[in-house]
Amino acid sequence: MTGVDPTGPPLDPEPPPSETPSVAASIALKQRAGGLTVPVLTALIAFLIGGFVVLATGHNPLLAYRDIFNGAGLNWVFHPTTNLVNTASYNLSQTLLQTTTLILCGLAVAFAFRCGMFNIGGQGQYLIGLYVANWIGFDFAGMSPLPHILLAVGCATLAGAAWAGIAGVMKATVGAHEVISTIMLNWIAIWVGEWLFGDGGPLQNSANKEVPISNDIASSARLPVFWGQKELQGLHIGFFVALAALVVFSLVLNRTTLGYEVRAVGFNPEAAAYGGISVRKNLIRAMAISGAFAGLAGALDMLGYLYHFGQTDIPASSVGFLGIAVALLGRNTAVGVGLASLLFGALLFGTTHGLSSNVIQPELAGNLTYMIEGLVVLFVGADVLILSVWNARKKLRRSAGAAEASA
Amino acid sequence: MSSVWTDRLDNPVSAKLRDPASTGYAGLLLGAFAAFLAIPPIEARSIVWSILVGLVAAMMGIWTASRGRVRLGIGAVVAGLAGVGLGILATRSGTTNLESVFNSSLIAQMFAFSTPLVFGAIAGMFSERSGVINIGLEGMMLMGAFWGVYGADVGGSWVVGLVVGAAAGGLLALVYAYFAIHLRANQIVGGTAVNFLALGITGYFFFQLYHGNYIPNGVSTIPNVKLPLISGMQFLGPAIGDLSLMIWAGFALVIVSYVVVFKTPIGLRIRACGEHPRAADTVGINVYAIRYGAVALSGILAALGGVYLSDGFGGGAFTENMTEGRGFIALAAMIFGNWRPFGAFGAALLFGLSSAIALRLQVYSSSASTLFNVLPYVLTLVAVGGVIGRTVPPAADGRPYSKQ
Repeated sequence: MTGVDPTGPPLDPEPPPSETPSVAASIALKQRAGGLTVPVLTALIAFLIGGFVVLATGHNPLLAYRDIFNGAGLNWVFHPTTNLVNTASYNLSQTLLQTTTLILCGLAVAFAFRCGMFNIGGQGQYLIGLYVANWIGFDFAGMSPLPHILLAVGCATLAGAAWAGIAGVMKATVGAHEVISTIMLNWIAIWVGEWLFGDGGPLQNSANKEVPISNDIASSARLPVFWGQKELQGLHIGFFVALAALVVFSLVLNRTTLGYEVRAVGFNPEAAAYGGISVRKNLIRAMAISGAFAGLAGALDMLGYLYHFGQTDIPASSVGFLGIAVALLGRNTAVGVGLASLLFGALLFGTTHGLSSNVIQPELAGNLTYMIEGLVVLFVGADVLILSVWNARKKLRRSAGAAEASA
Repeated sequence: MSSVWTDRLDNPVSAKLRDPASTGYAGLLLGAFAAFLAIPPIEARSIVWSILVGLVAAMMGIWTASRGRVRLGIGAVVAGLAGVGLGILATRSGTTNLESVFNSSLIAQMFAFSTPLVFGAIAGMFSERSGVINIGLEGMMLMGAFWGVYGADVGGSWVVGLVVGAAAGGLLALVYAYFAIHLRANQIVGGTAVNFLALGITGYFFFQLYHGNYIPNGVSTIPNVKLPLISGMQFLGPAIGDLSLMIWAGFALVIVSYVVVFKTPIGLRIRACGEHPRAADTVGINVYAIRYGAVALSGILAALGGVYLSDGFGGGAFTENMTEGRGFIALAAMIFGNWRPFGAFGAALLFGLSSAIALRLQVYSSSASTLFNVLPYVLTLVAVGGVIGRTVPPAADGRPYSKQ
């Protein structure tokens, strides 16, 4: 905090800039400050507090966490030789299915973050991608598989980009804050879906007009499954697309002019503009690329294992919001997002469908996931706290060492 | 950067468009158009279009009125509502269904849908007037919804429910305040965390305490106020003769919060912390204390809106994630109302009316119903786009303050 300029007017309506770090600047600062320590400690503290809640409500937290670990199929690592129909292997494939979506939704948030914007609209962009993939997957039946899949994925990705692009354009042209506009776009996307799949909606199934659910996509649009069976939600090749997206994200940000400009705008828009970078162009571009990641996530989910979507599934879906937690915990880097997605993917599946224990019911465990996510986001947002705890510990150790040395 | 919410570019065209007068006149024109839609040249047989255009006109009026041009704005609101009325009258001859959609109990339903939004929007206003953005309204409302009904069930009285619900919301708000004010965490990240936390906490304890079953019947619910003289009357009876206590409390809240924020020393302090915390600190105002107080009050009010949702409107039942985005509509109503109590109230009423119409139209047309459900979000999106009108949030909204 710098001192107030004595020559300046005493009641300057613009507070000094050091008081007002942009989201990206503060995140960048913490990124330099914390390294790996903060995310790991954050997750540990979140699990610890979650454990206390479990303990306080009369369940054994250690057993509960062990069951969630097994429910997520992570115990498969200890029995890799068992055959593929084994429960652990099935659970792990389901965890990776969730991880696929989370990686892309996390990247959607992370990319905008690197440009200084907070994209809360991942959920809306994901849903729009899902709708478009369903439409093309069903209406263009009769195409041969590869072009059909490419068309559906391409259009859904573009639709996600366009949906997020609305917020980007509004930010760049009239300065509307992207948080408000993406929240509104989320809810508009939700209601668009209610209309599309609802009674008499354009994407409602043709067989039974009583049920507000979409048609199943044609088999030519379905992604090949490489682990497990197609009928049992096996792991589809979209998993590799998500992994590739991590690499692309990292390369684009760190090795291309586009990425350089996006990061420059994220660090300091004024300085970037002074250096000849168009701030407006980059805001729109970064938001559109963000939306493309989320739209791709929607497409892969639809073509990979959902195949259809119902009106009631829309409000129940929250994977786009989880992308926020993934990006924050992963510190908006490719490796971090990958690891955080695995953690949250495991939590998501391990606490619900995969969980088969009498220590804690899936309904409780599923909500435990939300709590842990909330705590993670809360602590990551304020890693001053975590850092101060960490530094105090270090300082204590150092002073103890100094005392010993002097003795 | 003019503020965290709006960072406008200045050019003559957008400045002209942002002048509230243009929204006001556009509202007047749309109001006339709403009535015109139903008569011969166009003669839309569905009343949906008249109502939609009329509501948009009324929203523009509220937007205008809360940005300085009060008379023009109120004129546009009246024009919009009159347009709806005339449009309905004109189409009335053909359709009998209208009777069941538009009757005086629609007004009661509008108030019922609006009240959680009123509480939420006023809650958001207090927090943001003191300089703390509150994206976590949704979560605080959800806390009120669950713990309110739990309190009413265990304590045996709806009064206990209100107290317990408000305390739960206030507690969550205090946690948020600690991170946002003391630790200077990013307020949007913190608010997002609050929403996740509330979803997890309420869902977890709902299953822990009620095993996922519905809350037993016979929970003491917030009573209705029967007005002895009015409840027998022709039109006013069904409209306002038998409203929930919380609806009346919501009306009172709007008036009280207007007086508190704009007419009392404490309100001046709250606004000072939101506009220029350094100056406020210099004259001896404890910025941290004011902000803590405002955020806690925000949590309490949002939670009261939630208690009404479960223990009043919902008849003593709770379902997981029962707020379903109402906290975000409340946030939108606050922005639409320009961070002012009466503006927020007007926006909440019209957003509530929109939801009430949507519910009633569901039987006849699913897509028309969706149209009214999505209206608040679309209008807010257009409004923050700043193409028309102007949003003026507190200058230091969203900026953590560090003492020197």
